[in-house]
Amino acid sequence: MIDVLYFAWVRERIGLPRERIETGAATVAELVEELRGREERYQAAFADLTSLRVALDQELASFDAPLAGVREVAFFPPMTGG
Amino acid sequence: MRIAVQAEPFDLGAEVSAFTAGVRGAGAVVSFTGLVRDEGGSLSGMEIEHYPGMTGKAISGIAAEAVARWNLVDALVIHRYGKLAPGEAIMMVATAALHRGDAFAAAEYLMDYLKSRAPFWKKELSAGGEAWVAAKDSDEDALKRW
Repeated sequence: MIDVLYFAWVRERIGLPRERIETGAATVAELVEELRGREERYQAAFADLTSLRVALDQELASFDAPLAGVREVAFFPPMTGG
Repeated sequence: MRIAVQAEPFDLGAEVSAFTAGVRGAGAVVSFTGLVRDEGGSLSGMEIEHYPGMTGKAISGIAAEAVARWNLVDALVIHRYGKLAPGEAIMMVATAALHRGDAFAAAEYLMDYLKSRAPFWKKELSAGGEAWVAAKDSDEDALKRW
């Protein structure tokens, strides 16, 4: 089981802030494919990966990063702090 | 080094005074404060979302890098989240160094990195509705100078 978190418009498009997912995905990209296949709202959120960022266990990562040992995946748009 | 992520407003004067009082040996203190713009009166406010599990960690990493790189005596970062009205302070940084060049450079570095590497997302609220603020390519480009 892995915790998947969504922030900003990703959260709004999917309609929930977090969920626990049972997945066999080996990489972030595979997890994204799996989520896209679920429902329209996931397709809407993951339509353009260049406008998304991902963090694995609270550290920024790339979409080809492996998920082995990861407990928390977060998807969000580019950050706008400051 | 103090990092605060909070919904509550902060007292800019008191923060800078307390920070300055604690930096024995420093010759320069620089502070920067970011405010909510009103965009010519069209904005009614701003809502800032963040990733609680990651925010403190990300900011600490950025601040530690600044301290090491410019040999800072100390650094302070306060960043707010939640609903803010135009004119309210969103965040502040303060840096203390032996000389002003290092204090200024470190403050700019902190701002550049907080903008695109600290997990905050801003949403502008107006009479016409709400809109997420999009990150600019120039924000990402700003990191390349460091």
